[in-house]
Amino acid sequence: MPAVVEMLGITKRFAGFTANDHINLVVEKGEIHALLGENGAGKSTLMNILFGLYQPDEGQIKIREKAVKITDPNMANDLGIGMVHQHFMLVEPFTVTENIVLGVEPTKGLKIDIAQAERKVSELSERYGLKVDPRARIKDISVGMQQRVEILKTLYRGAEILIFDEPTAVLTPQEIKELMEIMQNLVREGKTIIFITHKLKEIMAICDRVTIIRRGKYIDTVSINETNVDDLAAKMVGRHVSFTVEKTPPQPKGPVLEIRDLIVEGNRGVDALRGLSLEVKAGEILGVAGIEGNGQSELIEAITGLRKTKTGSIKLNGSEIQNQPPRKITERGVGHIPEDRHKRGLVLDYSIGENMVLQTYYKSPFAKTGVLQRNAIFEYARKLIKQFDVRTPSEDTPARALSGGNQQKGIIAREVDRNPDLLIAAQPTRGLDVGAIEFIHKKLVEQRDAGKAVLLLSLELDEILNVSDRIAVIYEGRIVGIVNPEETDHDQLGLMMAGGAKS
Amino acid sequence: MNNSTSRWNAFLVPVIAVVLGILFGAVLMLLMGYDPILGYNLIFQGIFGSEYFLGETLRAVTPLIFAGLAVAFAFRTGLFNIGVEGQFIIGQLAAAWVGMSWDLPPGLHALAAVMVAMISSGLYAGFAGWLKARLGVHEVITTIMLNYIALFSANYIIRNFLKGQGERTADILPSASLTSEFLRTMFDGARVNWGLIIALILALVVWFLLWKTTRGYELRAVGFNPHASEYAGMNVKQNIILSMVISGMLAGAGGAADTLGVYGYMNISAGFTGIGFDGIAVALIGTNHPFGVILGALLFGGLSFGADNMQRVEGIPTESIRIVISMIIYFVAASAIVQSVLGYLRRRREVQAK
Repeated sequence: MPAVVEMLGITKRFAGFTANDHINLVVEKGEIHALLGENGAGKSTLMNILFGLYQPDEGQIKIREKAVKITDPNMANDLGIGMVHQHFMLVEPFTVTENIVLGVEPTKGLKIDIAQAERKVSELSERYGLKVDPRARIKDISVGMQQRVEILKTLYRGAEILIFDEPTAVLTPQEIKELMEIMQNLVREGKTIIFITHKLKEIMAICDRVTIIRRGKYIDTVSINETNVDDLAAKMVGRHVSFTVEKTPPQPKGPVLEIRDLIVEGNRGVDALRGLSLEVKAGEILGVAGIEGNGQSELIEAITGLRKTKTGSIKLNGSEIQNQPPRKITERGVGHIPEDRHKRGLVLDYSIGENMVLQTYYKSPFAKTGVLQRNAIFEYARKLIKQFDVRTPSEDTPARALSGGNQQKGIIAREVDRNPDLLIAAQPTRGLDVGAIEFIHKKLVEQRDAGKAVLLLSLELDEILNVSDRIAVIYEGRIVGIVNPEETDHDQLGLMMAGGAKS
Repeated sequence: MNNSTSRWNAFLVPVIAVVLGILFGAVLMLLMGYDPILGYNLIFQGIFGSEYFLGETLRAVTPLIFAGLAVAFAFRTGLFNIGVEGQFIIGQLAAAWVGMSWDLPPGLHALAAVMVAMISSGLYAGFAGWLKARLGVHEVITTIMLNYIALFSANYIIRNFLKGQGERTADILPSASLTSEFLRTMFDGARVNWGLIIALILALVVWFLLWKTTRGYELRAVGFNPHASEYAGMNVKQNIILSMVISGMLAGAGGAADTLGVYGYMNISAGFTGIGFDGIAVALIGTNHPFGVILGALLFGGLSFGADNMQRVEGIPTESIRIVISMIIYFVAASAIVQSVLGYLRRRREVQAK
């Protein structure tokens, strides 16, 4: 097969560090080629170079065996390169067709020929099995369909080489399955796909070859037939990674968190928790499994004081904490790794050092009579950064500038170091690579072994099954069953999560 | 990117914006048929030409520092206080009332008048903060409306309760005055007064409060990300109200300094002074940093005051300097343009270094 994309010896330096250091990427026509690397390994930089957003400092790019210099995205388009961005670039109130033709509108006189555009969109949609309604408005369609609109945008512009930038990060398992089918359809019709990801299972399921980069350096290109998940993980992280969480049997003691008949109203005015009862003991990890939107968020918010409860009780170490202000609850010994780290977990414009004392800034030694003690704060931050391996140029770097994994490590450092009796971890590994996931799971188990209670909420069944000592299944605002992870599997949990009775 | 380069940029961007603005003004004067070198020279003379001019420039700069601080403080805590104008008026009025009707020893009287003015304006602005925190009404809307209420209420109160001779309040008692013999003689009779010193002290206080205290940590955190602040156990609503109160207090101190230091009375006024709105510009030029605000006020006040000399001597319209100021604000606001100029220069230097 001839190579359609050749990026040879690509080097890109930013002030102070090298994002890409002589990276090679050779993609053959008609293949799905994965670009694998940890967060911050340089995948996005490389793709931005291919898409004309950055200029390489060294190296050569060939498209269809012709050397080219891609100076801007329009030129990339002309060369048949299309990018499906992770964060969609769609105009919400516009229709699907209007979004697709934006910038390349077919005209009839002075008017946009929407009818013709719609025909073409339908045609493309059918040909690749995209199932998109050209007249629907973006704001009314699901995330999965919005992504398919992004794919159509590139196809409409005649893209032959499609770059998918972490496309599955925002999708549900069902949508991921559909996306994989679409990708196979695209390849069958002669397109070439570059698939950026750090999810190994997806690579094994769908790709032909994979190029691995680590910390800006080219590591290897291998065929899927000649590799496996463990091998890929080791190449990506640079050491052996264990996927099973190593832990000894739990030694649970008395209850730390006791929730009785909790009723809490959700955002839409309907009760999101409808008489939920739950208990987490010291020295155990209780996993809460469930499909998104069954009351998980409201449960966390109620425990941490961010949401008012209607009736029922929440006891921490025997005393009631419901409807107390968040600070009181924090001070009583609750740590919380929030599900949305950008919304709740960090003040992105503060330095990572300042973020380390987000709940404790007013206490000694970080403050004396209302005056911040900068040295004490930064010294503490340096300690946590080292201890939790947060990769940051310095403690004075804005949290915004860190990669997702390192931001999350920062939050975990802060929450764990406060040594709370109850640690709530909500989707603690969402969007992170295997190395970071392994690290975070280890920390959760360490907390458990130190005799703390850990409440883990996750949408990833593998995570729940691997890490938890007991699993509570939440469905429509109630716990519908408690199971032992050793005695259950995906199918049983899936059934319970969908409201089927415990078998 | 690390914080030290971003701090350096925060300093460089306004400086380059000023240079670009002044160049733009020169082109403008050329197009209008005036000699820009002569024009800028006259402005320079109008500011530094005599002790008196310099003192009067500082007098014009003083209220701009207060107003700029008020706007910048609110900005830094995530609020847009367009009501500095109204809060300034409330400060003027409260200071005039205390100054003419209370009976206290010198010094203490002035201090009491400034304090009452700050508290009044603080509560006045705090009302907008309360409306935002409790009912979610955007502060831009409420503070604009409160400007009119302040203006017309002040006129009504002066006319009916505080009226002196003419369309103004009675004079304040000498014990409440902020005029300074020392400064007056130093600047050859110019009306620069203790208000300038108060403004400089408040700039220091604002800097300390925002960046050195736990309260400032909270106020800025709430401004950046109220959700994370709530998660961290901060009282978001209380901090929003407090931020508006402090912002209003800074504006009120400015109003008091104006009444007690410059005029000694308050006029019934047909329209706004414009100082509150100029404060927005000053805060922008000063990148919302208290020390930047001082520099911004010096630039803004200096150019405006010096421009009078330019018009007096050579007939070059002062409006051209308003355009220069507008362009500077434009370049600061569109800092992306300046940043790209900076980036270009840096890259060229790097290439040459190789």
